[in-house]
Amino acid sequence: MSKRRIRVLIAKPGLDGHDRGAKVVARALRDAGMEVIYTGIRQTPEMIAEAALQEDVDVVGLSILSGAHMALCPRVVELLRQQGMGDVPVLVGGIIPDEDVPALRAAGIRGIFGPGTNTQDIVAFIRRELALQEPEAGER
Amino acid sequence: MELVKKLLAGDRRALAHTISLVEDDGPEAHAALAALYPHTGRAHVIGITGAPGTGKSTLVNALARLYRRRQLTVGIVAVDPTSPFSGGALLGDRIRMRDLAGDAGVFIRSMATRGSLGGLAQATGDVILVLDAAGFQRVLVETVGVGQAEVEIASSAHTVVVVTAPGLGDEVQAIKAGVMEIADIFAVNKADREGAEHTVMAIQMMQGLAPQAMVPGSRADDGWEPPILKTVATRGQGVAELLEAIEAHAAYLHESHLFERRERARVLGELEAILQAELLARLRARLPEERLETLVEQVLARRLDPYTAVAQLLESGGSL
Repeated sequence: MSKRRIRVLIAKPGLDGHDRGAKVVARALRDAGMEVIYTGIRQTPEMIAEAALQEDVDVVGLSILSGAHMALCPRVVELLRQQGMGDVPVLVGGIIPDEDVPALRAAGIRGIFGPGTNTQDIVAFIRRELALQEPEAGER
Repeated sequence: MELVKKLLAGDRRALAHTISLVEDDGPEAHAALAALYPHTGRAHVIGITGAPGTGKSTLVNALARLYRRRQLTVGIVAVDPTSPFSGGALLGDRIRMRDLAGDAGVFIRSMATRGSLGGLAQATGDVILVLDAAGFQRVLVETVGVGQAEVEIASSAHTVVVVTAPGLGDEVQAIKAGVMEIADIFAVNKADREGAEHTVMAIQMMQGLAPQAMVPGSRADDGWEPPILKTVATRGQGVAELLEAIEAHAAYLHESHLFERRERARVLGELEAILQAELLARLRARLPEERLETLVEQVLARRLDPYTAVAQLLESGGSL
């Protein structure tokens, strides 16, 4: 009779203040039955890792439009690892040039979603990622 | 239990895990709570409630900062509603609490109501216990934005702060609302806005209409006159006074022995709620599924009324 639900942290690291994309994704995940913790704009990687720990989330989603993804994304992954959360998948959405994709994947970013992504693809991706970890992690 | 041992040793990840465990009511939740229970009862629990948009999160943020300046550790539980359709939730209270990042003396946890309608989640009381056991000296509980009847916080918190703001509605709203009756302290937030004095007066008038001790057993019966404080949480104005009022109320609870009385009532209510849930679960486990179905059919067809149906159920359930 577990009431377990997928918990997702959506955060906007870096200095740009455009959070429409992050909000659209947060809303879509909520409508898919997930509990979404939205932290708002201008988060440092340290703040994101701390929130992920306190909220005990299953997934971390980063929204970055500023072009600083090569600095910010690997830092978040590294901090999560340091606090024993290396198994938590990290996704990034925003404007990510194709040539940066291999390096981000190598740094441990599990999913990369550009402009125009169907939000349902993100929902499906999260469910798939968590299903790989533990069979009952889906919607109960 | 390994997890509990780690939590008590100050491991924050173990704390976060334990909270998830009790929130999900998982198989080990009861064992964890049993192991933690002897370590609880030390935190002062402060409920922050009020209508949506009155500034509860910002006020929690400001209060927590002040408590930290006084070297007191703070646990925060922020509750937001679950969508009745998808079962999902958007928990956004952390947006207003970014000042508290990076402080090991603070722990913030967002909770979705998961179908509960009283302004808290069903497991909020247990999450408060976990934070209490982890050693946080003050636990701030922010309810969902409430209307008039979501008063569950009154039985979970020692001190309830009802937050209002100017321009939310006429004073009749303030008089009829059940939420107003559970206040130990009123905070008129956004007090730099026009109409703040009017809001203060409306609350004062409401208090004048309900003299002390008119309703036995209610909060008006306890001899404490809820102060009305003006705050501007975004600028920290009036927050020190609010903190002083909370601490004064805490002291009053102990001096007047109200604390014991309320704790006794809270524990009784808790035991009754657990008993109710447990009895229902046991009865359900004992009854064949078809039995309930058959009764539903009979009630639908108006051959039985619901009361007689339940009486029959209880008879066939045997002794529990």
